[in-house]
Amino acid sequence: MANLAESAARATPPSVARRVRGLSDRAIAWIFVAPTIFLLLAVNIFPLIWTIRLSFTNFRANRNREVEWVGLRNYERILTDSDIWLTMQATAHFLIWTIVFQVLIGFTLAWLINKNFRGNDFLTTMIVLPMMLSPAVVGNFWTFLYQPQIGLFNYIVSFFTGVDPSSFEMIGSVNLAPWAIVIVDTWMWTPFVMLICLAGLRSIPEYIYEAAEIDRASKWRQFWTITIPMVLPFLMLAVLFRGIENFKMFDLVVLLTGGGPGSTTELTSINLKREAFEKWRTGYASAYAIILFVTVFGLASIYVKALNKVKER
Amino acid sequence: MRHTKIVAAAAAVAASGIAATTAQAEELTLCWAAWDPANALVELSKDFEAQSGHTMNFEFVPWPNFADRMLNELNSGGQLCDLLIGDSQWIGGGAENGHYVQLNDFFDAEGISMDDFAPATVYAYSTWPKGEPNYYALPAMGDANGWFYRRDWFENEEIKAAYMEATGQELREPQSQMELMQIAKFFQEREIDGQTRYGVSIFTERGSEGITMGATGALYAWGFKYETEPGTYQMDGAVNSAEAIEALEFYKELYQCCTPPGYTDAYMEQSLDAYKSGQVAMAMNWFAFFPGLYADPNTGGDTIGFFVNPPQNVAASTLGGQGISVVSYSDKQDAALEYIKWFAQPDIQAKWWELGGYSAHNSVLNDPGFVESAPFAGDFLDAMGGVQDFWQEPAYAELLLAMQKRLHDYIVADVGTAEEALNKLIEDWTETFEDEGKL
Repeated sequence: MANLAESAARATPPSVARRVRGLSDRAIAWIFVAPTIFLLLAVNIFPLIWTIRLSFTNFRANRNREVEWVGLRNYERILTDSDIWLTMQATAHFLIWTIVFQVLIGFTLAWLINKNFRGNDFLTTMIVLPMMLSPAVVGNFWTFLYQPQIGLFNYIVSFFTGVDPSSFEMIGSVNLAPWAIVIVDTWMWTPFVMLICLAGLRSIPEYIYEAAEIDRASKWRQFWTITIPMVLPFLMLAVLFRGIENFKMFDLVVLLTGGGPGSTTELTSINLKREAFEKWRTGYASAYAIILFVTVFGLASIYVKALNKVKER
Repeated sequence: MRHTKIVAAAAAVAASGIAATTAQAEELTLCWAAWDPANALVELSKDFEAQSGHTMNFEFVPWPNFADRMLNELNSGGQLCDLLIGDSQWIGGGAENGHYVQLNDFFDAEGISMDDFAPATVYAYSTWPKGEPNYYALPAMGDANGWFYRRDWFENEEIKAAYMEATGQELREPQSQMELMQIAKFFQEREIDGQTRYGVSIFTERGSEGITMGATGALYAWGFKYETEPGTYQMDGAVNSAEAIEALEFYKELYQCCTPPGYTDAYMEQSLDAYKSGQVAMAMNWFAFFPGLYADPNTGGDTIGFFVNPPQNVAASTLGGQGISVVSYSDKQDAALEYIKWFAQPDIQAKWWELGGYSAHNSVLNDPGFVESAPFAGDFLDAMGGVQDFWQEPAYAELLLAMQKRLHDYIVADVGTAEEALNKLIEDWTETFEDEGKL
């Protein structure tokens, strides 16, 4: 923080300091920085510390009763609860498969869009449309598409496979529901990955390919030794964004399946919301949130280090 | 000068009159769920506005969000609602957490007697602790989970003959849960008027209370109890009794054999849709919807019939309905109490029933003409004679969500056995009651 204030002071023109009599450059810098620091403390740091404190209590926000210190009991309960591990599994399934599909399809689309052809701009606009829609709209829209009796999705599958359209339920079946939410998220967010990949592809200087051509490198070799390494930092950034977003996925899945059937698609964010704001186990939910925070923070830190290494190469 | 004095005196009188009216007339907000009876209450309340000079505003929230929205409002000490028609299960939390005003003194002062209301509704909607004469609400809307069916199909000679041939029995309103399933199986995927029809629409909703309200219809009919002895919180042997296991297995089979495709998350609205679109022969829903169903020009009238939840080991129905409470955070409590006083009058209760609300007042229910007043009135009386409710504890939401999860896991997601589901439910509830200091 001191460094921040000093660098701000260095950036303050001498004329400004002269105008404010009796205040040192350092004090002026602090006056400018203080609101931001205060906001940061109030909005981020204080709630975090408060949540950590609550996680060791049996506090319930809807009850007027004495709050007891329960030590690590909330953490122990969460980590030994088989139902919580099932929600973690559901989240991991959703996270891994959405990222795999979005990266593969997103990169392929970017690769194709990067070619010059007629209607390129129009096609790009059409492809990015789903990510411009509200998750509430997408959730409701796909609920109708997945309806086994009248849903278009079932009829399309039926057209290609010959199975009876009302013989399977995408959001009502334990086996299909986890894939149903993966399909919708992929449909909605692949364009985002595509745009980032497109930025990466367009940032590769043309002369590198020309040099490779002169060296008689095949297209395949150019792809693996030029395109992929140079797009990789962009791809990794897209994976980071989508990973963080999907770890806390809530709205789309709630609208599609409500976490069901049973608890098949109950992701950690849905489970956490139920604990915190439906059951009102505030202390327990705080411990749950801290565990999730540490998990995301830890994984993201490792990932960012890897990303930096790739960029340095 | 004299003229000026007269004008000044007149102005003073007028001003004091305006001031008096302004001080008394309040804008009251009544909160409830958004459904048919709420519209009837808006109509009924016009009479109160005319009599009292108060203005009534209404905040109606769709059922799936009703509990979330209103409980958050109460927990945050919000002043949105002066009057709240809250679910029966909220009474414990409303009383213990100080959300509701205790009404005993008010009832005594105004001569409102709880003996004038059906005992089951007073017990369920008004008292906390249960059965104690501490009143936190006036019974506002009696309700229970009942059934309606395609009477035109049940009376169709061709269909009746086919049923006789298939089962050796007469097609009639089911007299037991097992007969209900038999009829449902008969109608499942049957071609009627060139369309594929299905057996029943039942509650399977996961998010709020749907599957619990549906499955308890079977559980109670098999004799399900929450505790081995009331008030002991001893659930082992009651919640997972042989009867409870059998009932749960029945509900799962009913879901698997006889519901239309895709009804994995169905509650009130989906049940009505399934019926009105001609998909199902029978459907479960709250009596509150029956006036609207009967009045429907396309699917009501002579084509629809109603029956009470069929018994199996005992006659029992799942309780719905609500009491009306004064919110303790309201700064218009006097006007809100005026509304309750007005609402408790026998003639207003009679009008309430006429408009489509379910009065719990004895003067309405015991009226000789009541049973004949609507085709479902007799069934309503039968149902209210055997209603059972979910836990009404302050931790009701936690208890309910645990049951929603265990039932949906077993019935819809097909995970584990009925016994495992009920044993896990006991574990969940035990943990909750331990946290509450009741075990």
